[in-house]
Amino acid sequence: MALLQRVAEQGRRVVRFTLDGRPAEALEGDTILTAMLTNGDQLRRSEFADSPRAGFCLMGACQDCWVRTEEGERLRACGTFIAEGLRLVSASEWAAEAASGESAS
Amino acid sequence: MTAPFQSSVIQPGAIQPVIVGAGPAGVRAAERLVAAGLRPLMIDEAARGGGQIYRQPPDGGFTRSKAALYGFEAAKADALHRTLDGLRDRVDHRPRTLVWNCEESALDLLCDGRTETVPFTHLILATGATDRVLPFPGWTLPGVFTLGGSQVALKFQGCTVGKRVAFLGTGPLLYLVAYQYLKAGVEVAGVFDTTPLPVQARALSGMLRDPVTLAKGLWYVGWLRAHGVPIHNGARPVRVEGDGRVSALVWRDAGQAGGREMRVDCDAVAYGLGLRSETQLADLAGCRFRFDAMDRAWLPERDAAGRSSVAGVYVAGDGGGVAGADAAELAGERAALALLEDAGLPFDAGRATALDRRLSRVAAFRRALSAAFPFPADWADSIADDTMICRCEGVAAGTLRAVAVNSQAREINRAKALTRLGMGRCQGRMCAAAATELLARALGTGPDGVGRLRAQPPIKPLPVSATPRFEAAAS
Repeated sequence: MALLQRVAEQGRRVVRFTLDGRPAEALEGDTILTAMLTNGDQLRRSEFADSPRAGFCLMGACQDCWVRTEEGERLRACGTFIAEGLRLVSASEWAAEAASGESAS
Repeated sequence: MTAPFQSSVIQPGAIQPVIVGAGPAGVRAAERLVAAGLRPLMIDEAARGGGQIYRQPPDGGFTRSKAALYGFEAAKADALHRTLDGLRDRVDHRPRTLVWNCEESALDLLCDGRTETVPFTHLILATGATDRVLPFPGWTLPGVFTLGGSQVALKFQGCTVGKRVAFLGTGPLLYLVAYQYLKAGVEVAGVFDTTPLPVQARALSGMLRDPVTLAKGLWYVGWLRAHGVPIHNGARPVRVEGDGRVSALVWRDAGQAGGREMRVDCDAVAYGLGLRSETQLADLAGCRFRFDAMDRAWLPERDAAGRSSVAGVYVAGDGGGVAGADAAELAGERAALALLEDAGLPFDAGRATALDRRLSRVAAFRRALSAAFPFPADWADSIADDTMICRCEGVAAGTLRAVAVNSQAREINRAKALTRLGMGRCQGRMCAAAATELLARALGTGPDGVGRLRAQPPIKPLPVSATPRFEAAAS
């Protein structure tokens, strides 16, 4: 279930991407963080505590929101805008591989 | 093999000022330098200027008015944005660009995955501030965001961080963001101010020095109360509960004998204890630091005009000590005048004197603010050993205490080496204040007695493919 709630600016163009292999929709001008957290409730799992994380400062200081694409690229979700066709992963790295495997078949 | 990154050369005798940050301080500095005939390079991580407080929505389809976005501050935000627009052809504005290093009169930049080195003769650091936080159990759960971050979600993205949000901490942002959220139509589960009411009441007289700011603050509080939002003074966070995301905030009230434990259902917590300055670049530039008792942090030394201990390097705005956006505008312009004077160029000495006079009043305002919203100095005593302090590397309070008590680490950089606290992606931005308090308490000294966590380049993560060495090897 979504963590972030849209309360304004909802007339923007729809941008399509995938989240953990499933099709999802965001709006033009959304950050990756907004796109992912209006479609789910985590961005990644902590490498050390294996707990879910969803960003914290939203202004490029805390570095809590680095996410992965299925291709393995790392992006800071609060400072990078969503783009059509991005294939984002919020589960663990192993799940990323599973998702890319599924999408290839 | 050619160098993969440009390193432009400054002509002998030429002046190349560089400004880091396009918020209130950076923009006013740029305006003053342009008026003197210089062409500054202004580097900013955001896509559009304005800083955090006057952050502009992204391009494309956003329609809210400035009145809706900035409230009482709309006129100031608009003035700053217009100034920036007016400077477009006379400033080399580099948005979406990270400054990740500073050494030997040059900055290392990253933009679109490419690095570049730019030299400077003069540098104005207007790097701003972010929320100061002290960890408590559950602070890393999805749904806990900083107050500033919660405001960014609303202002920059038209989103709230939850449907029923608890506002926790202290400082002007606590009431402002709660007010903005309520106006946006979400439920405010309560405002939980760590400052006891008698402390805030006593501080009111100091706030009278700035009646406009005080009036705005009282307006937000009054509006929240009128709309039935409970405001609890002297509240202490106990823990955030939730399975994978926030479901409740447990807090302790200000009653006798440590107060009662209370629980409030919510799906998000917006948290912050004032602001902390972004000082990494001043550190890498070699600026001398001093411990500031009011900010309870190490800050770059600067004179009244913003000159640091390094010739040609200036610090302006919240990045040199938190004083807010109005003071930042004055300080940015003042630093630019100092730069002109130091470079032997004509400058408006009368204007400098006028700015000095106004900035001297900022110190009193800073004292009043920190009295009204004090740092919870007893936090370190309340934190159990298993509370995670470093959210990057997952280092617990007990780990830090152990290295202090075993006398291996009497200084924070040693503690960092032994525990990895502060060594993660954020470089201690989120945990340094907490680690300082814990270490000081464990060693029986004050927060000024355990040293200062030093900055390391790159000050924010770089993709491996963007490092100059890698690019050189690949070309």
